[in-house]
Amino acid sequence: MVLNLFYFLSFLAILSAIMVVVSKNPIHSVLYLILTFFTLSGHYFTLNAQFIGVVNLIVYAGAIMVLFLFTIMFLNLKDDAFTGSRVWFNLSAVLLVLVFAGILVVKIIPAQIGVASEMEFNSQIGMVENLGTTLFQHFLVPFELVSVLFLSAMVGAVMLGRREKGEKNF
Amino acid sequence: MDVYFFLAKAVIILLIFGITLLIATYSTYAERKVAAFIQDRLGPNRAGPWGLLQPIADAGKMFFKEDFIPANASKWLFIAGPSLAMLTACLTSCVIPFGGTLDLSFLGISELVPVQGIDVNIGILYVFGLVSLGVYGVMIGGWASNNKFSLLGAIRAASQNISYELAMSLSIIAIIMMTGSLSISQIVADQDSFYKWNVWRQPVGFIIFLVCAFAECNRTPFDLPECETELIGGYHTEYSSMKLGFYLFAEYINMFVSSAVISALYFGGYHFPGESLVAGLMPAGALGHNLLTLMGILVFFGKILFFIFFFMWVRWTIARFRYDQLMNLGWKSLIPLSIANILVTGVIILFLNS
Repeated sequence: MVLNLFYFLSFLAILSAIMVVVSKNPIHSVLYLILTFFTLSGHYFTLNAQFIGVVNLIVYAGAIMVLFLFTIMFLNLKDDAFTGSRVWFNLSAVLLVLVFAGILVVKIIPAQIGVASEMEFNSQIGMVENLGTTLFQHFLVPFELVSVLFLSAMVGAVMLGRREKGEKNF
Repeated sequence: MDVYFFLAKAVIILLIFGITLLIATYSTYAERKVAAFIQDRLGPNRAGPWGLLQPIADAGKMFFKEDFIPANASKWLFIAGPSLAMLTACLTSCVIPFGGTLDLSFLGISELVPVQGIDVNIGILYVFGLVSLGVYGVMIGGWASNNKFSLLGAIRAASQNISYELAMSLSIIAIIMMTGSLSISQIVADQDSFYKWNVWRQPVGFIIFLVCAFAECNRTPFDLPECETELIGGYHTEYSSMKLGFYLFAEYINMFVSSAVISALYFGGYHFPGESLVAGLMPAGALGHNLLTLMGILVFFGKILFFIFFFMWVRWTIARFRYDQLMNLGWKSLIPLSIANILVTGVIILFLNS
């Protein structure tokens, strides 16, 4: 049952991820990307990590993708909006994919990923209480450092969007 | 965990779903009656006694109108918009505890059955997840209409929802800190006596949450996405027939759900003053337990109906905000206020625990 669900979610995730790239219309791409996030959240739920699953939905599907959609709706991109050299664009895309595939084949696939033994695995590890304990006790310093990083990014964004003296926007 | 337990759960979920739809249907009637009362009119009174059949007449009219899809609209997304709005609205009520537990031992169910769809330990986050997804119905519908007014309405809806979602989640954090749990049933269980209701312990958080709930439901004074005077109808300008009906209906379901969430988080949910006194008067055993739960459910629905009335009261009293006022209120007042609220709550909790 869970295995079937896994295959279904994986199939949907890969299909929608491919559709993100293949779609001609940027709005459709964004919508397929949202579907991808949903399937990933589904994976988190099957792994009993409800908190991460829901946060993934709130932050990525609910907030970041709304901003993406927002921006693309404003830009109103047409098919012929792309005005670069097609050849160089395609060439660099192929190169990037090759580099990424190379890393995948050479480094990640042979890597020994720890396999949890069924006897010792704690199925409650993804629950919000355990996650909180881990983050705020074992990884407190990195966690706080990441939040400082986010704060600086936020201040930077506010600085960029600030109205200059004497400038009138509306 | 046996078959009967799941059957009882299924019945409860179906009942909650049906009641949600029923209350949303009659909210449309109540809205017009409240509007009529406030404006010193009679309101709908032709269909059935006191106009009680008006919602059914409206639904019939909606179904038989021409279902029109504009020629240059993106067809599938045009259909997906109202469907998504309706879907996200209907999904939310399943984590709200509508009452305590039922003792169904006469049916052979050994454990107590909570009157709640599912009790997940991240209940409140589930609600927020669906609230943040709710904007897609509006955005997709507005964009797919291929109309400038619809697009402007959709963009307004998106920016408004994102802005007020932040203040809303921040105002909840104070409650989560006090309760120590994300589960709504835990938060309700924590407010078991009148003086422990979160509205007394978190008055500032309550006001922030209430304002944000209005904004998230796109209700007046925050109904900028559909304001008739500027945008004709906003995101649903191009919609007709039951697709328009779904958008309007989803708004009423959202209103019901927000009222339920407000009552559960801040007004003690199904708890009522003098509950322990009433519990002492009840007959012992399963009957007394179930009667008490039933009273709790009725009290909870009373609170919900009061807040639905409050939504309507505000709608027919307060004028619409201007767009920059809306943004200033959200980003410059509510968010700093809710962060200050979190800080103060944290200091007080630390002080009380040490």
